[in-house]
Amino acid sequence: MTYEVDSTAVAASTPEKKQPWKELGLKKDEYERIVEILGRRPTSAELAMYSVMWSEHCSYKSSKIYLRQFGEKVTDEMKKHLMVGMGENAGVVDIGEGWAVTFKVESHNHPSYIEPFQGAATGVGGIVRDILTMGARPIAVMDQLRFGAVEHPDTARVVHGVVNGIGFYGNCLGLPNIGGETVFDKVYQGNPLVNALSVGAMKHADIKLAKASNPGDLVILFGARTGADGIGGVSVLASETFDADGPSRRPAVQVGDPFAEKVLIECCLELYAADVVAGIQDLGGAGLSCATSELASNGNAGMRVQLKDVLLRDESLTPEEILMSESQERMMAIVPPKKLKAFMAIVDKWEVETSVLGEVIDEPRLYIMWGEDEIVNVPPRTVAHDGPVYERPVKYPKWIDELNANGVIAAGLRRAEVASDLAAELVQVISSPNQASKSWITDQYDHYVGGNTALAMPDDSGMVRVSETSGLGVALATDANGRYGQLDPYAGAQLALAEAYRNVAASGAAPLAVTNCLNFGSPENPEVMWQFKQATAGLADGCLALGIPVTGGNVSFYNQTGDVAIHPTPVVGVLGVIDDVARRVPSGWQDEGNNIYLLGVTRDELDGSVWSEVIHDHLGGKPPVVDLAEEKKLADLLHGATLQGLLASAHDLSEGGLAQTMVESCLRFNVGARIWLGELQERDNLDTTAALFSESTARVLVSVGREDDVKFVGLCEARGVSVLRIGVTDGRGDDALLQVKDLADFSLQDLREPWAATIPDLFG
Amino acid sequence: MPKIIVEVMPKADLLDPQGKAVANALHRSGNERFENVRIGKRIELHVSGEVTEADLAQAKLVAESFLSNGVIEDVVNIHVEG
Repeated sequence: MTYEVDSTAVAASTPEKKQPWKELGLKKDEYERIVEILGRRPTSAELAMYSVMWSEHCSYKSSKIYLRQFGEKVTDEMKKHLMVGMGENAGVVDIGEGWAVTFKVESHNHPSYIEPFQGAATGVGGIVRDILTMGARPIAVMDQLRFGAVEHPDTARVVHGVVNGIGFYGNCLGLPNIGGETVFDKVYQGNPLVNALSVGAMKHADIKLAKASNPGDLVILFGARTGADGIGGVSVLASETFDADGPSRRPAVQVGDPFAEKVLIECCLELYAADVVAGIQDLGGAGLSCATSELASNGNAGMRVQLKDVLLRDESLTPEEILMSESQERMMAIVPPKKLKAFMAIVDKWEVETSVLGEVIDEPRLYIMWGEDEIVNVPPRTVAHDGPVYERPVKYPKWIDELNANGVIAAGLRRAEVASDLAAELVQVISSPNQASKSWITDQYDHYVGGNTALAMPDDSGMVRVSETSGLGVALATDANGRYGQLDPYAGAQLALAEAYRNVAASGAAPLAVTNCLNFGSPENPEVMWQFKQATAGLADGCLALGIPVTGGNVSFYNQTGDVAIHPTPVVGVLGVIDDVARRVPSGWQDEGNNIYLLGVTRDELDGSVWSEVIHDHLGGKPPVVDLAEEKKLADLLHGATLQGLLASAHDLSEGGLAQTMVESCLRFNVGARIWLGELQERDNLDTTAALFSESTARVLVSVGREDDVKFVGLCEARGVSVLRIGVTDGRGDDALLQVKDLADFSLQDLREPWAATIPDLFG
Repeated sequence: MPKIIVEVMPKADLLDPQGKAVANALHRSGNERFENVRIGKRIELHVSGEVTEADLAQAKLVAESFLSNGVIEDVVNIHVEG
């Protein structure tokens, strides 16, 4: 088969040629704009580049106007620790002692539905390369998963594939997986969410940026060879929804090779240390189209590239396919010519295949040649940064009024009154799929490889040591509650932020920065756009109130099956810093005879709760009240108490309320307790159902040694955080009891069995 | 006992990390002539008695729907042995 090159000369002389812009996902006016920019019709290679770079996934064209507020709603104080903000591959924050960390979460939802194993695996690989691109050594990963209903026959396929894929890629790379979330809900049936987070550390001086600014520098592609993996994956997979008849239209997905990535990581770090790269960019979505145009655009320069010099796995690839290919484990470096020899010596040592594709030029123009033919001649900014921006129609969804009016009280949900019924509900809640132990999943991941993991699942946050000399470390927690998001997207985003923030604080770290992965339905649906608008405003306002900046993130639209969108699921990740990980606070009770204190105030807030879902299969009303000032006060208190070493344990209250938290606190280290709810119910005017299952925010359950009692209570009072002693730890081992006065005596064994059995029974 | 043999290969377009690793190892041990390696799998389905057309049709069905992952693999051959 001979290939006819559609060069710029051909394009100029055949303006009438029909082009498949529509099939590539472009709108008519977008195509016309390309013609206007170029002053002629685009070549097929240019059309491929624009279509993929102007897709929703790469251009953020529907979300951009809302994402701006993350950069606007900030104070100078918030920017103090921010070294690299939004817009780069990942944000970078200063954590002290000359160290910086970079972290980001990204979605790989659509590929993971089509091919769960490779989709999830390459999701991990992609986010790790983003972190590497900033100059950092990746030090940990986390993942945020949403699957369909547990009883649906397709759920097991996706769960097994995704969990195996994450474990395979992360374990092979030798990166600890330190946390995440797993939630099952039928809204994710035809559209699971697979978000992956990575964090990396570097010294301040080692930060790298993705830009090509010095004319004469060489453009080098290295790593894996380019094949036909995921051609059009970004524009087709991420921007269009699935047909109603399921995964029939199966485009090529990408296959990852974690061992190749491991070599690439070490190779890049050695290249950085030798100071031979002037700029670096990973190849992910949109492959070479993205890397060349972004590097040139970021550096306010241009580039001349020979595409025939790309090393191919399959010689039959056309230039358009080479530009679109999403073959994994590839990087592009900008290298000054005098450093080429040193660069080559390092890549040769690591046996990484490398080819020099071209050079940086003075003129802000991207020229791509295919042999003698010029197939691309564009201003790189128009491809990478000046894509279309839409202010899509926004419409208030009327159905939400009805939903909000139908709270647990309006709906008349029955509350158990007899102690034995309440006790049975407690067991039902903690053993429901979303509340049960996730160790069947997390045990498939390596938590401790590298020897720097201080906390991992099931603790409130994952914590890794950054400095092996001082013990300086970072804690990370991510959260999102789609049910709350559905009831009120503004509050839902803030609740996710508040919970992640609280989790970080509960582990002893000081919250410092935020990342996010905003998973929503179709932006072409005005009601979804309203949800998105609300959620982004909520998150930006929330970050401002808490004084921690958004450093970067990712938007994933078109998460829906047919016309039905998922619940708004804004995954929020909070990163905190702890000056010595030895000071970390575990989530479980450790010693007998410690006092148990509930911090914060409990309201009768059961709308959207786990209790309403598990016991009554109900969703309606208003989510819990968000009080960020209270959250901040609580976090400051926890930080102060940690510094003084007063806390034996701390565990936040969220989904499943006090019931869930006290059971998890027992089961963590098999320590029992005596709990009394009477004073709490009296002080906060609650019935037992609300005391056990309310999901009021800004609450944490802590245990404190008797010798620190006076000091701790004094600290709470001085800082104005409401504190109430609700129990004492008592007994150890499987014979120990969780005795809840006037409710029941549970043996830990009787709690552990149903809690631990649910997920293995479903998927094991 | 006759066997139905199903042969599955990774799709030609996609990366085959196992094949790549073996190719690299071959090259390191001096087998330069074998430029590229791709590794698939062979599955034997044992059938008692004669293999009927219906058995083959069923084998084809499970080969495509169950024994291989159509997103990343192709069934390249189904035949009877023994």
